[in-house]
Amino acid sequence: MGAANPELLDVAARIAEMAGPGEQVEAFVARSTSTSVKAYGGEVESLTQASTAGVGVRVIVDHREGFAYAGTLDEGVVLEALAEARDNATFGEPDDFNGLATPDGVEVADLDLWPEHLADVPTADKVAMALELEQATLGRDPRVTGVRVAMFSDSLGEGAVATSTGIRSWGRAGMSYLMVQALAHHEGETQIEAGLSVGREVTDLSIDEAAGDAVLRATRLLGSTKPSTQRLTLVLEPRMAATILSIVGGMVNGEAVLKGRSPFADRVGEQVASPLLTFVDDPTDPRSLGAEAHDGEGLACRRNELVSDGVLQGFLHNTYTGRRSGTASTGSAQRGIASTPGVGAGALAVAPGAGTHEEVLGTVDHGLFVTSMAGLHSGVNPVSGDFSVGVEGLMIKGGQLAEPIREATIASTLQRLLLDISHVGADLEWLPDGSGGVTLVIPDIALSGA
Amino acid sequence: MLDHDLIQRTLSTALRTGGELAEIFVEDKASSNAIFDDGKVENLSSGRDRGAGIRVIVGDTTGFAHTADLSPTGLAEAAEAAGAAARSGGGGVVEVALTRQDAPRPNAIAVLPEDVAKATKVDLLRRADATARGAGSAITQVTARYGDSRRRILIANSDGLLTEDDQVRTLFTVMAVASGDTGMQTGYQSLGRTVGFELFDSYDVDDIAREAAERALLKLAARPAPSGTLPVVIGPGGGGVLFHEACGHGLEADLVAKGASVFAGRVGERVADPRITLVDDGTMAEEWGAFAVDDEGSLAQRNVLIEDGILTDYMYDLLRSRKEGRSRSGNGRRQSYKHLPMVRMTNTYVLAGPDEPDDIIAGTPDGVYVAHLGGGQVNTATGDFVFGMTEAYLIEGGKITEPIREGNLIGNGPAVLASIDAVGHDFAMGSPGMCGKDGQGVPVGDGVPTLRVPALTVGGTA
Repeated sequence: MGAANPELLDVAARIAEMAGPGEQVEAFVARSTSTSVKAYGGEVESLTQASTAGVGVRVIVDHREGFAYAGTLDEGVVLEALAEARDNATFGEPDDFNGLATPDGVEVADLDLWPEHLADVPTADKVAMALELEQATLGRDPRVTGVRVAMFSDSLGEGAVATSTGIRSWGRAGMSYLMVQALAHHEGETQIEAGLSVGREVTDLSIDEAAGDAVLRATRLLGSTKPSTQRLTLVLEPRMAATILSIVGGMVNGEAVLKGRSPFADRVGEQVASPLLTFVDDPTDPRSLGAEAHDGEGLACRRNELVSDGVLQGFLHNTYTGRRSGTASTGSAQRGIASTPGVGAGALAVAPGAGTHEEVLGTVDHGLFVTSMAGLHSGVNPVSGDFSVGVEGLMIKGGQLAEPIREATIASTLQRLLLDISHVGADLEWLPDGSGGVTLVIPDIALSGA
Repeated sequence: MLDHDLIQRTLSTALRTGGELAEIFVEDKASSNAIFDDGKVENLSSGRDRGAGIRVIVGDTTGFAHTADLSPTGLAEAAEAAGAAARSGGGGVVEVALTRQDAPRPNAIAVLPEDVAKATKVDLLRRADATARGAGSAITQVTARYGDSRRRILIANSDGLLTEDDQVRTLFTVMAVASGDTGMQTGYQSLGRTVGFELFDSYDVDDIAREAAERALLKLAARPAPSGTLPVVIGPGGGGVLFHEACGHGLEADLVAKGASVFAGRVGERVADPRITLVDDGTMAEEWGAFAVDDEGSLAQRNVLIEDGILTDYMYDLLRSRKEGRSRSGNGRRQSYKHLPMVRMTNTYVLAGPDEPDDIIAGTPDGVYVAHLGGGQVNTATGDFVFGMTEAYLIEGGKITEPIREGNLIGNGPAVLASIDAVGHDFAMGSPGMCGKDGQGVPVGDGVPTLRVPALTVGGTA
């Protein structure tokens, strides 16, 4: 991959420049390389070397939109995609708000997301890290009897957007991570939990962190039982808080709002969450692994405050939803090669409140510290806000962590959960998906168990 | 799809630095999608993904590389990368003699999607939108999607295997939003088969639209779901995901071998009531998880996993079957040429039992009747699973009464399986599903007759 030589931008621009009279053409071109090493039983279980490239082409004629993509940069196939997108546009219905992005003058953040050294790390070093991760996990606790997989993975990618309306953007980023799934065993019971370490350069990764995380998570659930049905206070660790917040992120999505699929439509300026809660989507924050200088339509990413002291400030928009809402894009177009730009958050994070994780726990007399949630895709409805998920975790008694529990569910609505937050911790943790969470406390939740 | 000589040369290149088995998987997938949303055709899109994945196996190590470049140079580079990844130090010149094997297709494809005018596909969406909106004035939003794909694959390996498949799938889904005093509710219905456009000769999109709309309207008036442990009756076709999650994943040999399944070491044991027979069947004509050959070139098979309550076998892919010296079961699948295959389900279902469905409900004084389950998730190590109810009712005094809102059900796979105490004679297949495992999604089908679980935890708020 060439250094700061955006050859890919030339490819995108060449396609955009094929726009005929009265036609808008957008090309999104992306390319990536990745390595993945899986270790098992002291051996390399698999080693994958991959490179992918592709292009998505959007055509708008007479306010009708068509799209096609190809998983290759092969010239013939790319031209085929352009022809298909043109043909598809003839079947779209005219919509006055259809149209590509145009430069909006917002300054592009100067972000350094490119790990200079990652591309030069020899494969043998990556293999050694995966093998060492497996050994480090196995040797850490006598109850850890196995590892399902220990993995090193990295990717380097670049993307460019060019349009016949004057957009020219290019960016590149890379990251690497270690992941291990530890199997803990005690008296006929098995628990399996994952630990992670994520960073841009290989030197940002910690074998100790990933192994320690997996072992702690698997062993602390040993001996877990099904709790009785009761009401209690919920304490969400930062990654659980971020998980819930990402669903809320879908409710402040301009597309969901416009199409009548958000319970937050028409509520800007109202109190939709506890006054303790402020959250922001800021892809220009370099601490987030979701950081990006440009969005999926080539506009500059920017800081968008969504909820301030519990009051809804506004919604995220791409060019289409911004125009149709009578406002403008917030630089929040999200896309892959195979789809037209949707709307989404890139680096959604809670503004830190007060207290360390331990201090927050210490304030809870009778509660549940949630360490995993299951069934989010089936049990949470972002349209109605209905919320019902399976949980595992540790009971909290008198401010201290107590016995582990499993096979229980919690239920409420997302609207209720947000309003009822009684404490926001200061322990901001950045997660692999780019989001940032803190410890959150929500009192009086229905827990279903035995 | 690829020249015979080029395949042989690629396999030889892959084995040049040693290795026990080299395999090439070539895929050419064309897909089209149309979305009708917010009262208009929003988007038509077409996609083309074409490439090859090459793997080399040496001992317990697999080297894998993939490329979108199917030229001799592109394939040679990928073959060398895969071979280097699995380097064993041996090597030399390997001659590969390929024998083409024809695989019987589960069903013929009558109308290829590429032969259907786009306007015809769009008309189906327009009709579904009108029908859903006509189901009631409370319907405020409708999203209808049409999708088709034609996936041609070729698999060849250094054992001499050479086989191909041509998989055509067609999907139609409708999501409706209903709004009322209690807020918004959603209803979803989907139809998907491994067939071409002839799907719409046998099924009416108006029915799909009506069912989605009615489900949303029903929930507007629904009561909050109860919370706590209750008997749960699952309706025919509505709950196959229960078996997919509760025991299917735990019967995948890769998870079993790593001690990550609660069903490890239990073949031959009684795991369920004698009325339960569980089958995974990739040969089922037209079903969503059907194919002629799996993504490693094994013929699709019908495998009995649990017979009359006794655990009979696990599901296998090439790696696990080689390791254990047994035959493959046609369960080696991958999302695309960019992915390594692993053990996956196909169409997983419970055979009809002896009980009268009405008697099962009448014999349940108080509980929950689930007509339709949504997605689910399982922790295979503990067997704990959850799945969402998308259409459910209270059972009061042995009768189905009021609808209840969405919520999750949670239980432990082996415990739930062992406890099922009624199995109806009214078997039906369910909705098309997308099963995720280690980041890869593959299409799967499921089915069940009416059955009763005496105690499941219902995660409601009431």
